[in-house]
Amino acid sequence: MKKIYFLPLVFTALGLFLPRFLSAQEEDLLSLLGDEKTTDYTTATFKTNRVVNGHSIENTGKGVLDTKFSHRFSPVRQGLYDMFGLDGATIRIGADYGVTDRLMIGFGRSNTEKIIDGFAKYKILRQCSGAKNIPFTLSYLIDAQIKTVKFADQERDNRFTDRIFYTHQVLIGRKFNSRFSLQIMPTVVHRNLTASPKDKNDVFSIGAAGRIKLTKRVALNAEYYYVPEGQIESPYANSLSIGFDIETGGHVFQLHFTNSANMTYKGFITETQEDWFFKDGDGKMLSGIRFGFNISRVFTLVKPKLQ
Amino acid sequence: MILCAAFLVFTMAASAQSSQKFFTRDGKVKFDATAASSPERIDALSNSATCVLDAANGNFQWAVLIKGFQFEKSLMQEHFNENYLESGKYPKATFVGKITNLAELNFSKDGTYNAIVSGQMTIHGVTKDITTNGAITVSGNNVKVNAGFDLKLADYSISIPALVSDKVAKEAKVLVDAALVPK
Repeated sequence: MKKIYFLPLVFTALGLFLPRFLSAQEEDLLSLLGDEKTTDYTTATFKTNRVVNGHSIENTGKGVLDTKFSHRFSPVRQGLYDMFGLDGATIRIGADYGVTDRLMIGFGRSNTEKIIDGFAKYKILRQCSGAKNIPFTLSYLIDAQIKTVKFADQERDNRFTDRIFYTHQVLIGRKFNSRFSLQIMPTVVHRNLTASPKDKNDVFSIGAAGRIKLTKRVALNAEYYYVPEGQIESPYANSLSIGFDIETGGHVFQLHFTNSANMTYKGFITETQEDWFFKDGDGKMLSGIRFGFNISRVFTLVKPKLQ
Repeated sequence: MILCAAFLVFTMAASAQSSQKFFTRDGKVKFDATAASSPERIDALSNSATCVLDAANGNFQWAVLIKGFQFEKSLMQEHFNENYLESGKYPKATFVGKITNLAELNFSKDGTYNAIVSGQMTIHGVTKDITTNGAITVSGNNVKVNAGFDLKLADYSISIPALVSDKVAKEAKVLVDAALVPK
């Protein structure tokens, strides 16, 4: 009899004390649920949708209007008399809009050749980790530029199509960590009318751009477009720009040094004239560096519905 | 013998009750950090917070992904993640605590109870003790949780630059709301 009493007693004791013992230690209730697999999409690869002259893989948010005011000044080498180039400026004023979080459109007008440009950019792949894993972001950009300045040669059989330039660009970018991002941009600029018959209508170029975040609100950007030789007859230089992104709430100020005076694709890829450092006809060392800025200001036009 | 068996049944019942846990994965967490002088609202909502409540011992835990907070302005959302909460480094905010007046609550009887919850809040990598009042509503098998409290941003090393100090309040008003179901 004694044995029969003893056994349940042990179990009873166990039943009484075991749960208490278990709950006495700090239980991690959340881990009991297990980790729910979510997809974490990478954000803020670049501070804004432009690096300097060209696009970054960033898009303007859905329903957001991003107004752009950009200037490129004359070469700094002109000295104090021209306030280091500040007396002469090329200007582009434009606006971008996020149709969805992946599709943005925009347009702008530049004073150089009175160019009107319009573009659409679509994010095909988004860098993400977690449930879904994509190591980079892939975007496609199509941009058209229309020269509206009067034709220099009025005698020639000038057609409207002669004014048009197209750009196709693939952007492949990756945010390696919170500070460092890199992208490469194979680009084709199509020119309906070229300066010389020896010029290629399609100019292939490969661009690379990166950013290093210096502080939470300041980043260092660099952008370079290489144009392989044999495509453009007249002298040209590859576009190189280095600048800072400074963010203050709703504004991003991009201050940079570049050798390109134009802010349209056909302009800075195929018509950049001077290198950062070059020798003139007399063998004198000169610098084609210009100061410039982009100012971006965003306005939320359509607010998302939050439940 | 019968006494012993009854005791066993009772203990089993007791341990069954100790596994009386309630949970949700779509709890709402809302915060408002709009300064009185701000022309724009600085508030956001997440409706994917995880919350678990153990009715047996009052253990109560929350977790919410920082990236899950939605703002009206997408740029504000980006700044929130990049500059203020640094969600890349600190992806989650958590609360690990206990209902301290568990005796006053009866999870087997419908009604609304005042709960005093005390525990540790971890935001932006900083852990602070916090105590707050909330309402727990029991209806059948479900438990609703509602609470509101203020958090001082400086307590969690969230620094507000002078430039936006007239927009972002020093304290964020937080509201939590979750409908829990038995696990």
